[in-house]
Amino acid sequence: MILLPCPYCGPRNASEFRYVGELSERPDPNATGAGEWRAFLYMRDNPAGWTTETWFHRAGCRQHLVVERHTVTNETRASGLPAAQLLYGKQEERATGGNVANDSGGAIY
Amino acid sequence: MRPFNNRNGSSNGHRKNGYRKPTRYSAFDLIRHGLSGSDWPRAWRKHDLRPSYDVVVVGGGVHGLATAYYLAREHGITNVAVLEKGYIGSGGSGRNTAIIRSNYLTPEGVRFYDRSVKLYETLSADLNFNAMFAQRGHLTLAHTDGGLRTMHWRAEVNKLEGINSEVIEPDEIKRLVPFMDTSEDARYPILGALYHPPGGIIRHDAVVWGYARGADAYGAHIHQNTEVQDIDVVDGRVRGVKTNRGDIATRVVVNCTAGWSTLISDMAGVRMPISTFPLQAAVTEPVKPFLDPVIVSGTLHVYVSQTDRGELVFGASVDPFASYSMRGSLEFTEGLAGHVLELMPSLAKMRVLRQWAGLCDMTPDFAPIMGVTPVAGFLLDVGWGTYGFKAGPVSGETMAELIATGKTPKLIETFGLDRFEKGDLVGEKGAAAVGH
Repeated sequence: MILLPCPYCGPRNASEFRYVGELSERPDPNATGAGEWRAFLYMRDNPAGWTTETWFHRAGCRQHLVVERHTVTNETRASGLPAAQLLYGKQEERATGGNVANDSGGAIY
Repeated sequence: MRPFNNRNGSSNGHRKNGYRKPTRYSAFDLIRHGLSGSDWPRAWRKHDLRPSYDVVVVGGGVHGLATAYYLAREHGITNVAVLEKGYIGSGGSGRNTAIIRSNYLTPEGVRFYDRSVKLYETLSADLNFNAMFAQRGHLTLAHTDGGLRTMHWRAEVNKLEGINSEVIEPDEIKRLVPFMDTSEDARYPILGALYHPPGGIIRHDAVVWGYARGADAYGAHIHQNTEVQDIDVVDGRVRGVKTNRGDIATRVVVNCTAGWSTLISDMAGVRMPISTFPLQAAVTEPVKPFLDPVIVSGTLHVYVSQTDRGELVFGASVDPFASYSMRGSLEFTEGLAGHVLELMPSLAKMRVLRQWAGLCDMTPDFAPIMGVTPVAGFLLDVGWGTYGFKAGPVSGETMAELIATGKTPKLIETFGLDRFEKGDLVGEKGAAAVGH
């Protein structure tokens, strides 16, 4: 069993989480070609060493997290902001429960 | 080219046309050695590294050794090195659960794996090495309507390709496996199964050793404890490899590794759509033979077979996250035991002897990556996920043909690396995600 350092819940068993995968930057779908888009979809670094990846704390705070993990020893050394912040820039406010009202596309509950 | 099992060949152990006929194993030999207690001759030799080879195969598992064997036997290419960083068969070839079948979902997958089953059927005779292939049948259970529908789909594709494969009812399953709980009271009642009589299990070490002995007899060099540290690429062409024992000049490098295939491809600058996941397996203490076919349940994420020694071999789906670690976990054993007991409650008092893990290179479409890359001379035989062992012979045969002729054989056309760029994926998940 490995422990993942959830920034909200503290160190928790990996079985509480869903592994999402390697962190990769999504290209702008409107500006990218098919080749680059498919490379984003399928190609992976898959390193044997430290990697940055996304996990979902499904049995805890239900937040997406970015975790640094060593893929050979399964040590973790840092975790942090929800991946949505890093990946999608502008949507960070929604991801952190921030200024939803300004987002005309989102419903307000 | 003289066939390997040609009795008329020279038997004095000297090399002739690059072919050194090994001492033939026979029942008489077994008795003679048994009574005299004399040592058996080495099945393959040690060599110094040559400064150059025609072909360098990276990875001394069943894929790499089979490639070297068929290169020599079918195409006369014998100046070949197989580089293995540990001992041969120490990776996936010695860690799989040795299940062989061809009842896949896609026509190209079915044709490919069927060729492998055919090669396995004659392998012991071809190699003069008993691989103990036991075609005891293979049952893939369906516990849901969706599962049963996939079984029917697979059965129809299989029949179209001439494979012996059919969907059977629970009473027929009960007849084949009396210990199985086929009642409707089970937590996941069994609705039917895909029955594949030619499927079965084999001794995986013997397959590795047989191919090593065969390749060695033809003059291929098997270098154990030889780790590839870098691949020399100049102007988009392979020029050589650097190893911990020295440099080798070569024009052709074949990546036949599993688990570490991304790291080898990185050396050549080829990016791949692979994530490496551990897959765990476990084996029980031996008991009297009671389980004939191989049982697979995708819903329960478990498969089980009984070896010739009487042990039950269990496996499951890959671990829940990507890793190069081969440590076992207690959750695996616990989950596995629960699922096995749902199928066969009478196994409750069996004890697990040991568990282990191997590395699986998972591709997005559960199909391998075989063939050429943008780097001339750098070939791939990777991405073997959880189904690599059963494809060993046909992979060796087709990769050898690709190297010798420079043309991608029809059987593996669909498995090229460029399919990810073209968005032309294979879609074998329905038959390979758990069923291995």
